[in-house]
Amino acid sequence: MPRKFTPKVVTANRLMEGDAVWLTEDDRWSPDMAEAELIEDEAVAQDRLIHGQSQPDVVVGVYLADAKAGPDGPEPTHFREAFRTRGPSNYAHGKQETA
Amino acid sequence: MYTYNDFDEAFVRERVAQFRAQVERRIDGSLTEDEFKPLRLMNGLYLQLHAYMLRVAIPYGTISARQMRQLAHIADTWDRGYGHFTTRQNIQFNWPKLRDIPDILDALADVEMHAIQTSGNTIRNVTADHFAGAAKDEIADPRPYAELLRQWSTDHAEFQFLPRKFKIAVTGAAHDRAVIRAHDIGLQIVEQGGERGFRVLAGGGLGRTPMIGQVVREFLPEADLLPYCEAIVSVYNLLGRRDNKFKARIKITVHETGIDEIRRLVEERFAELRPAFTGVDQQILAGIRAQFALPEFDARPLDTFDAAYGDDPVFRAWVDTNVTDHVRDDHAIVSVSLKTPGETPGDATSAQMEVLAALAEAYGYDELRISHEQNVILPHIPRAHLPEIHRALKEAGLAAANIGLVSDIIACPGMDYCALATARSIPVAQEIATRFEELKMAHEIGPLKIKISGCINACGHHHVGHIGILGLDRAGVENYQITLGGDGSEDAAIGARTGPGFAYDEIVPAIERILKTYVKIRETEDETFLQTYRRVGMDPFKAALYPGKDKERAHAA
Repeated sequence: MPRKFTPKVVTANRLMEGDAVWLTEDDRWSPDMAEAELIEDEAVAQDRLIHGQSQPDVVVGVYLADAKAGPDGPEPTHFREAFRTRGPSNYAHGKQETA
Repeated sequence: MYTYNDFDEAFVRERVAQFRAQVERRIDGSLTEDEFKPLRLMNGLYLQLHAYMLRVAIPYGTISARQMRQLAHIADTWDRGYGHFTTRQNIQFNWPKLRDIPDILDALADVEMHAIQTSGNTIRNVTADHFAGAAKDEIADPRPYAELLRQWSTDHAEFQFLPRKFKIAVTGAAHDRAVIRAHDIGLQIVEQGGERGFRVLAGGGLGRTPMIGQVVREFLPEADLLPYCEAIVSVYNLLGRRDNKFKARIKITVHETGIDEIRRLVEERFAELRPAFTGVDQQILAGIRAQFALPEFDARPLDTFDAAYGDDPVFRAWVDTNVTDHVRDDHAIVSVSLKTPGETPGDATSAQMEVLAALAEAYGYDELRISHEQNVILPHIPRAHLPEIHRALKEAGLAAANIGLVSDIIACPGMDYCALATARSIPVAQEIATRFEELKMAHEIGPLKIKISGCINACGHHHVGHIGILGLDRAGVENYQITLGGDGSEDAAIGARTGPGFAYDEIVPAIERILKTYVKIRETEDETFLQTYRRVGMDPFKAALYPGKDKERAHAA
């Protein structure tokens, strides 16, 4: 039996800055994961991934990451993705600076 | 120190200009990311978790005050005011922007530095003993050979697309401070019948399949260095597995082919190549060697040093741990610890870099080194100046007296930065160091090398740590495996796994149990952790790490 599809977000790093961004429903790349489009359907996920990959002048390394619905929007389910929403743990650099 | 000639200068400038154009073409869309990626990697530019990362080579770990200042300037101008010194004598900047990279590379070229071949499947930065030229126990300074190898390997047309990356390390002393046995080629300067040459090892490496290098040639005459290395890399270039990334390093080639057959092939290829080296390389070596002549040392009386050593216990403790005997009795080698407990191993702020540069300029004949253990070395310091140096380091937060002790931990960037990492390493290092600082056990424990990697690629050298820690992702949770008994010295050994791994919040207590067990079971206070481990083996440490396991087994039986 095929594995059950788990919800996804489309994520990447920005070409110029290199920081992590997430694809929103209205086709923006947001530095805030909570603004991302949470995709519940596998076919839609593939479609949105291709849409993300078609913007190589804006983002690099586009992929689908597991996510879950939270009170403020999509949240990471894996610690690697959680780090990408914050920044490193040794200095308050990256996204946690402005959060 | 080596100074660029016109050729070096033109070459590095041309590469910067090429990369500037490549970045422009990437930004305007004429290069795709697939086309651009190999180009940026050739120039040391990675894309990591939160930002780009630029890895700059510090050839054989040697750097001048002016170069150190420029690194500080780069950190302040285009990064976040600090740099991270790595286990391969490089420095990494963690936050540069793509558009700024060509300017950074130009700033590096202004001080004869570059980021060429710090990534990709090429011959990487050639590393050397960080005490080179200053150590009492060395036969000769390994750096002229390392520089010769750097010139030979840079843009070597045959070796730009090797099966996998290739790392060379050189030492001039029998006591191995350069981990040559964990390198693709390890070179040890030796003498035989009054003639100078090399003991040549190949096939060492850590990573997924750790291997200790094996001797290819017991004695290689000095003049044969380049053709012999070329023969080794050339044999590897043909035999190396390009079908499987995990089997592509020369360690696997040596392992699968057998050292005897490798030796036969290398000698055969060497016989072909040797006539092509007509002596120009030896003329170049002679020119390089002249540039590495030792400074004209000032003879200095020792009374101020002796007085401070007698009077000031903090100074004395620092001298006892961080200062090593120099080839001259009135000088010393100072290891500046970048491991203040609680700080990130290997990180220096731009202000600290400025202080180090100023000290090197004022007292240290303008020389600094970066060690693979992620510390900074002032290799030639008159003992008379040690009290002033210590005072300045204290003010800069650089006076931690912990070289070679429990808190002098090697750690890779791990998942705080690295896109390949499977777990964090930096906070584990910070917490171990802080914990043992609280326990005040560092001197009781004595010499100890803890090394932490945040993934199987082993940038943190965990396999050769007396205690090695490997961070993994186990079902979506950070999990840390412990190995014991590893050794990166001339008695190189790969550590053995203790058993199941530990969760993030269990790893520091686990290390504490190991070290408290060691203190309890060692025969004398002088028996080091590694000696105790070699005497008693794994069992007492296993019992301390996994209490209850014996009972379970007894119960099952």
